[in-house]
Amino acid sequence: MAPTRREFLKIAGVSAAGLVLPPLASVFAGAQAGMPAAGGVAPTGSDPRSALTAKRWGMVIDTRKCRSGCTDCIDACHIAHNVPNFGNPKDEIRWIGTEKMAHVFPAETHPRIPESIKSLPIPVFCNHCENPPCVRVCPTQATFQRADGIVMMDYHRCIGCRFCMAACPYGSRSMNFRDPRPFIPKIDPAFPTRTKGVVEKCNFCEERLAQGILPACVIACSEKALSFGDLEDPGSDVRRVLDGKFSLRRRQELGTGPQIYYIL
Amino acid sequence: MLEKALKGSRGYGIWVAFLLLLTGIGFFFYWKQLDYGLGITGMSRDVSWGLYIAQFTFLVGFAASAVMLVMPYYLHDFKEFGKITILGEFLAVSAVIMCVTFVTIDLGRPDRVANLLLHPSPRSVLFWDIIVLSGYLLINIVTGWTVLESEKKGVPPPAWVKPIIYISIPWAISIHTVTAFIYAGLPGRGFWLTAIMAPRFLASAFASGPALLILFCLILKRFTKFDAGEKAIQTLSKIVAYALAVSIFFVLVELFTAFYSQIPGHTSHLTYLFWGLEGHNMIANWMRVSALTAVAAFILLIIPKARTREPILALACGLTFLSLWIEKGLGLVITGFIPSPLEAITDYIPTGPEIAISVGIWALGLLLITVFYKIFVAVRTET
Repeated sequence: MAPTRREFLKIAGVSAAGLVLPPLASVFAGAQAGMPAAGGVAPTGSDPRSALTAKRWGMVIDTRKCRSGCTDCIDACHIAHNVPNFGNPKDEIRWIGTEKMAHVFPAETHPRIPESIKSLPIPVFCNHCENPPCVRVCPTQATFQRADGIVMMDYHRCIGCRFCMAACPYGSRSMNFRDPRPFIPKIDPAFPTRTKGVVEKCNFCEERLAQGILPACVIACSEKALSFGDLEDPGSDVRRVLDGKFSLRRRQELGTGPQIYYIL
Repeated sequence: MLEKALKGSRGYGIWVAFLLLLTGIGFFFYWKQLDYGLGITGMSRDVSWGLYIAQFTFLVGFAASAVMLVMPYYLHDFKEFGKITILGEFLAVSAVIMCVTFVTIDLGRPDRVANLLLHPSPRSVLFWDIIVLSGYLLINIVTGWTVLESEKKGVPPPAWVKPIIYISIPWAISIHTVTAFIYAGLPGRGFWLTAIMAPRFLASAFASGPALLILFCLILKRFTKFDAGEKAIQTLSKIVAYALAVSIFFVLVELFTAFYSQIPGHTSHLTYLFWGLEGHNMIANWMRVSALTAVAAFILLIIPKARTREPILALACGLTFLSLWIEKGLGLVITGFIPSPLEAITDYIPTGPEIAISVGIWALGLLLITVFYKIFVAVRTET
């Protein structure tokens, strides 16, 4: 049953997007006018009974709760999205990674920060920027921003030019330098696998939101370090956390407007 | 006129066969790349553009440099360039074809290249680069071919070609400016985020392009009956000298801004480029060669006694070419990625197949230049 319903939701969402495409885009898009393009609406609006919707999705990560060596969020994400494991850094594809503070917040790190904070494993994701440089540079609109802020990839349109990888100031994007399928530990048929030659990244689990389920990483974290919700809704989880604590965003000075917030 | 390229001396035949062989080898490895994916190259998650995009960037400069002949000849009526302006235009045509080939083979999904036209994205600099490059290709094919054909018939070029030639002048500036904007507009890459990126590109292009053209003229003089003339070559060499001086100056200006301000996001890339970081100094070794050859070429070019002697001029032009190839065809693109946004220092070393493919495309370009120049010399010396 589940895949059928998912397929229906996809078709419904795509059709909804087709209705509101900017006129210019639909003229050029021709045969593919149904594909979501920049400015399309959230497919999440298609089933009001179960889909989770928001004005602007965002995430808060309380890194103080992260346990050293824990990879629960990464594992859950990579299994759910058929992310291959090549076992080498050159071909590596990752939707979530962990990095030290000095690498994630180079401008905020200084020698007097206690070692306990400096050595925290900080999870890094696609920031789903308000003003995403990757969307700006994409020559085919294969990467686009939804009305609810999610920055998405159309794997069927991407030509693999990797301009988005050069444009992303966070190193959030990965290229399929090789055919990923033989390197996926266990293929989950519920999520599409990618072909060699396209770029991919975190999608804020839009496929789960459409079914009313929170992102895989948020659910997988036993320490509840990740909160997810609507940043525009004062009563949401993310707003409750942000209202009570000082938080940081990565490379704030670049004007990209990241939608992932960190509490250190 | 094409038939003139089909018959030639034994040496011409061997040269053409050699270039065809290199192109064939490149094609063979491209076939492998299509099968395996871009993982066959040295590119990685951190250094996601490499030799291919760097060659593209370098070659856009060659295409743009034709303007250094067109402008003096058509705008300032500098007659001595009348004999070689077409050579510059044909160099531009070959260079743009090489550029387009390099960009295409760099795509992960070349089968979807039509998406660029099916889903045009005016906010992307690549969209504009495609427009200016294809326009420039068309302009140079039309003007170069029409003027040469008129010469063959012994008539002056038709009047309609003049406005197109005038358009080609700002258009040449545009191709290198837009190509520089691919890099200079990215928020997270401190190395490229500089307003003088486009001027730097133009300066180095106006040095490396004419330097190669001088070498071609000297080769034509030696192996064919065509002589570009002492004055044309000497004027070109002065253009190379000035442009090289400006190019070196621009690099020094970049170094000052980074190292006097001492902002880590700006110094780290340049430190990697010229001195290496944490023992990663492969590019730095190349850049030292680039710096030394640039200075040596400049000294040879500004001394009139040295510049006027053909072997020394050839050496100076060869050094200029080498220096700027290292700077733009190697250092400029790769260093933008090192260190990465997550502060990783990942070395990039092109693989054998990647080098073979690149050499194959260069051979293809040289083949086009050879054929064009063969036709040109045949028309010039037979009529």
